[in-house]
Amino acid sequence: MKEKFDFGPYLYILPAAIIIIVFRLIPIILSFIVSFYDWTITGPGKFIGLENYITMFHDGEFWQSMLNTFYLVIFVVPVSLALSLIFANFLNGIEKLKSLFRSIYFIPTVTSMVAISIVWKIIFNQQTGLVNFFLTKIGFDPMGWLAESRGVTDIFLSSLGMNFSGFVQTLSGGIGMNYNTLYLLLGGPSLALFCIIIVTIWKGLGYNTIIYLAGLQNIPKVYYEAADIDGAGKIRQFFKITWQMISPTTFYVLMMTTIVTFQVFSQIYLMTGPPVGGPLGTTKVIVYFLFDKGFGESNNLSYASAIALVLFGIILTLTLFQKRLEKKVHY
Amino acid sequence: MKKSISYIILSVCGLLMIIPFIWMITTSVKSQLEVNKGNVGFLPIEQYSTYEEDGKIYRITPVKADGDSTYIHIFDENMNRIRSYEKVATSDIVDKKEFKLHFENYKEAFTKVPFKRYFINTLFVSFSVVFGVLITGSLAAYAFATMRFKGRDFIFYLFISMMMVPQPVYLIPSYVLLNHMGWIDTYNALIIPWIANIFTIFLLRQQFKTIPDELFDAARIDGCGRFRTLWTLVLPLSKSVIVTAAIFGFIGSWNSFMWPLVMTDSPAIRVLQVGLSYFSQEASAQTSLLMAASTFSILPLVILFLFAQKQIIASFASSGLKG
Repeated sequence: MKEKFDFGPYLYILPAAIIIIVFRLIPIILSFIVSFYDWTITGPGKFIGLENYITMFHDGEFWQSMLNTFYLVIFVVPVSLALSLIFANFLNGIEKLKSLFRSIYFIPTVTSMVAISIVWKIIFNQQTGLVNFFLTKIGFDPMGWLAESRGVTDIFLSSLGMNFSGFVQTLSGGIGMNYNTLYLLLGGPSLALFCIIIVTIWKGLGYNTIIYLAGLQNIPKVYYEAADIDGAGKIRQFFKITWQMISPTTFYVLMMTTIVTFQVFSQIYLMTGPPVGGPLGTTKVIVYFLFDKGFGESNNLSYASAIALVLFGIILTLTLFQKRLEKKVHY
Repeated sequence: MKKSISYIILSVCGLLMIIPFIWMITTSVKSQLEVNKGNVGFLPIEQYSTYEEDGKIYRITPVKADGDSTYIHIFDENMNRIRSYEKVATSDIVDKKEFKLHFENYKEAFTKVPFKRYFINTLFVSFSVVFGVLITGSLAAYAFATMRFKGRDFIFYLFISMMMVPQPVYLIPSYVLLNHMGWIDTYNALIIPWIANIFTIFLLRQQFKTIPDELFDAARIDGCGRFRTLWTLVLPLSKSVIVTAAIFGFIGSWNSFMWPLVMTDSPAIRVLQVGLSYFSQEASAQTSLLMAASTFSILPLVILFLFAQKQIIASFASSGLKG
């Protein structure tokens, strides 16, 4: 006799499956469809094929948002990784007060980005901010921080007495490139974006430190004991044992920080502007750009979808690339 | 010697990590007048000048010195200017410093916009989401971990692969979908899409798999059905992972911002983060009120964190060890 088909297991996964299919799978499929149509708030318009993607390719605002996002990732990821590994190493070496320090470092992770963005915005405020208060106390000039659109390279070189914009002017004439584009590329992130970078690092540091600490605690003590007997110094031990043994954690932290930083939104929305993304669009990141296109004045949901899919493509590519790299490096 | 260097570095960096919070709290109890005067240090000390006349002490602001006398503005106790450009002897003006905490800022911020409503909404949404996530999660994880059925691995890995998709990617089409369903600006939009969480399913499945087969066999011999086995055997053995999942769900839901910002509009169902964001635009010049609002909006999670810090930190740490 044939066994009766058992529906039981499917009933158990049904509630979760309905939600995941309706609110994840279908939207993901829908986003491809929407991006090929002229779709506004009123509903689908006509099929326009790749037009949104072509528009994007010629959209200066898109490229500036991309550049800003890359600046964010390039600064946040390595600094956050290095600092959290250093903190984790110090934490791993102590016994007393360990949990107190761990908790202090971790508090920013559990607090909402909205609330702390409001706080940081005021900290960087030109008139009533804490940073300028300290700067003027120790004899420096106050700075514009979130209101400053000049690139950090420009600010640094200008403070040394170099005429940076003049240099870019000459160079742009020489190589036949638009001055503004060249300035954005060579000037680095604006000081305003730099403030966002600091806040983003600060916010994620605790989480990364905790992950690293867990990784460090998994390294068997015998390796270090053996190294001590062989007379290897602490720095040598770090590079020969810790750094090698911790590499899976490093890959995880690298991947998570990169993915999260590509999606930065709240701190831009709350700390910059008005208009958000300012000054001069130097803090407009890709997720704010798609939010603005989709739900701002133009309400162009299909264009926003196309931007979201490009973002997805970038994140997916980076993830797969890092996974491949990880396989090669692993022991 | 080595240890003390660790302690010094950790203390200095730890201080840098919490300075924003300390400053947030100290600024939240300052008067806006002091903040606007540029008195933005950590101590809520008020500096002002007074002038005594007919046995009454008035607050004043000096405007211009003129030889031995000074032109001043005189204020009443509510800081309304009652007289302007009075000429008085400079020696009669007394500078005062006073340590004063303006706790009324909290009340003012809390009542200026309906924060009470926002708190209730956020609590309702967060608890509903956590409740839903635990139910759908434990049912699905139970099936994935202990039952054999056709398509099991395919469905599981399909779910896992969707975990990789970042929120901004499905935000726009979700809006299109929810709009079509008529759910925009309702609690449904805030709760229903979030009552199944792939990470929770993954987390619980890992835990359920560690329960030894002998226990399941024993339960079967005792005549326990599938559901009773889940309820009386599996869940009690998985308490700490369930708490972990609940904590993740609660923190995530409490702090979520972009989704409710897009999906809701009316103040009646507005959640705390969105309300705080609107408040920061309305009251952008009122630093001390903003700081008070920031303080009370992060307070519930900070209290939760202080009570359960071991568990919370362990939960987050375990999220990184999945490899």
